[in-house]
Amino acid sequence: MGSATSELPSSRTPLRDTAENGLKIVVVGGFGVGKTTLVRSVSEIRPLNTEEVMTQAGAGVDKMPESSGKNTTTVAFDFGRISLNDRLVLYLFGAPGQKRFWFLWDRLFAGTLGAVVLVDTRRMDESWYAIDRLEHHGTPFVVAVNRFDDAARHSLEDIRTALALPDHVPLIDCDARVRSSGKDVLITLVDHLHHLARERELTA
Amino acid sequence: MRRPVDVGDPDRLYTVTGGRSRSDGSSFDLVTLIVAECEPAVGQQSEHRRILELCRHPTAVVELAAELSLPITVVRILLEDLLATGRITPRHPRVAAAAALPDSALLTEVLHGLRNL
Repeated sequence: MGSATSELPSSRTPLRDTAENGLKIVVVGGFGVGKTTLVRSVSEIRPLNTEEVMTQAGAGVDKMPESSGKNTTTVAFDFGRISLNDRLVLYLFGAPGQKRFWFLWDRLFAGTLGAVVLVDTRRMDESWYAIDRLEHHGTPFVVAVNRFDDAARHSLEDIRTALALPDHVPLIDCDARVRSSGKDVLITLVDHLHHLARERELTA
Repeated sequence: MRRPVDVGDPDRLYTVTGGRSRSDGSSFDLVTLIVAECEPAVGQQSEHRRILELCRHPTAVVELAAELSLPITVVRILLEDLLATGRITPRHPRVAAAAALPDSALLTEVLHGLRNL
């Protein structure tokens, strides 16, 4: 196959041929909270966008030809990628927190390592629902407050109280635009997961 | 800032999958890495050819969906075709979906990877 026939954008960066184990972390948050910004700041590829379609009934894309939206749910999400080593690849998904999205959680994000709830202090009510759903799904998570310049400075303790967040859930500040900050958010999450795994292994 | 996804009109999706509307579901995770076992060939459906091109190097299901501008479900159906005829090998994620948590050894590896970014 000559490259002349290829339609691939030249910007596409393939994985190493030794890559064999894909991992998932989901960043959940309301519209405009900075999910894509966070994904972009740590991703090795330009964030890509894709979507899943399903019927209300729950499986597949039934009745495609005549359904322009009728009885189907479409959820768009974007994602980025981090090659952790020769074998492990971490995919970061930016997922909208709205209700219809949660119908697709198991279908899309079963087996996810954990989640980051990204919070905008100006719209904290959007975070409650996400936290409730993650607890319902038994998905471990951390909460990261994306500090917008024009937002009032609430202390983390105030935010923890406002979100009714249990003490064992890590809560941190971040600036989603900054790579090192995004990286810290991910490390906080995986550190938390590691503690949980160690606890479980020691009591098993 | 968000690129709208162009999935084409529904008729196109219907044609792409030969009228099938559901995959058997669990066989391809979003992050299952797909590797082509052969080159695309003349006469193959264009979406199949495209997948085989992209999968000369391991490529996740979700990346294929984004590159093809097709919903995940449709890509899963296309991959089932290619798997059934031996044209691809899937490298499935080794975090069991059923397990509540992966083991600490894997997480240690993830932490090392992140710290080295």
